[in-house]
Amino acid sequence: MPTKEEIFEKIQTALIDALGVDDDEVTPEATLVGDLGAESIDFLDIVFRLEKSFEIKIPRGELFPEDILTDGQYVQDGKVTEVGLEELRKRMPFANLDEFAKNPAVQDFGSLLTVADMCRFVEGKVEVTG
Amino acid sequence: MRWYWIDRYIEFESGRYAKAVKAISAAEEHLHDHFPDYPMIPNTLVIEGIAQTGGLLVCEHGQFTEKVVLAKISKARFYCEAVPGDLLTYTTTIDQIDKNGAMVSATSYKGEQLHAEVQIMFAHLADDQVSQTLFEPESYIRMMRMLGAFDVGHSADGGPLVEPPAC
Repeated sequence: MPTKEEIFEKIQTALIDALGVDDDEVTPEATLVGDLGAESIDFLDIVFRLEKSFEIKIPRGELFPEDILTDGQYVQDGKVTEVGLEELRKRMPFANLDEFAKNPAVQDFGSLLTVADMCRFVEGKVEVTG
Repeated sequence: MRWYWIDRYIEFESGRYAKAVKAISAAEEHLHDHFPDYPMIPNTLVIEGIAQTGGLLVCEHGQFTEKVVLAKISKARFYCEAVPGDLLTYTTTIDQIDKNGAMVSATSYKGEQLHAEVQIMFAHLADDQVSQTLFEPESYIRMMRMLGAFDVGHSADGGPLVEPPAC
């Protein structure tokens, strides 16, 4: 059972390898897209590395529920609706959506996810000690 | 010019690994365009050869039903150059594979010398993302046949590698 520090270190390694960033760039507050330069295809790379590193399975859309953003039921005029936000909160309990909810433009969603969010996501999938 | 960047498979185990060779010849025009008077195979074409070696391995695992594309070169490190007369051996191993894609690790050896280490990510495209005609199973099977994959290949249970029926 890993500690929170060990989870962070493994995620840091996965992001360094997947995104070619330096270790000091991978801080808990760093956003994957905005700060670390992740592109959409990198998420598959990151998911593969997390699955291998933590021996877990991450179904498509669990870490990054992009299907919501293309669903007319949840998006209107380029913004996620209240129902969509509710669905996002349900699907992403590990992420803080408060800031995004103030102006939920779909194009800004990619910049939402932080390293700390990913740590919480993994902590929810493995047993944590300490 | 044909877009074949390996000459022949020498080992192929379904779903696990594939090994292919590429002989570098001074007759290949592109060798001479990289550095004047110093012919060598461009590293990008080594990566393409490795991607072909591993890409067909991924395609075969899915029985040629998935639309497999090279999505990302996660790592590429070259330790020396390959020049006319060299025989490169590409070994590609599937690290992970699922319905979204595959991660493949590879090495290129020049004889006993490590030439390159590469990690490639392949993605499986959805049907609506691309034209069907770009991904006809028969073209991949024909390529594997021409490169000898079915002559040297094994299935996961150790039996001979068999061409999929009705392709």
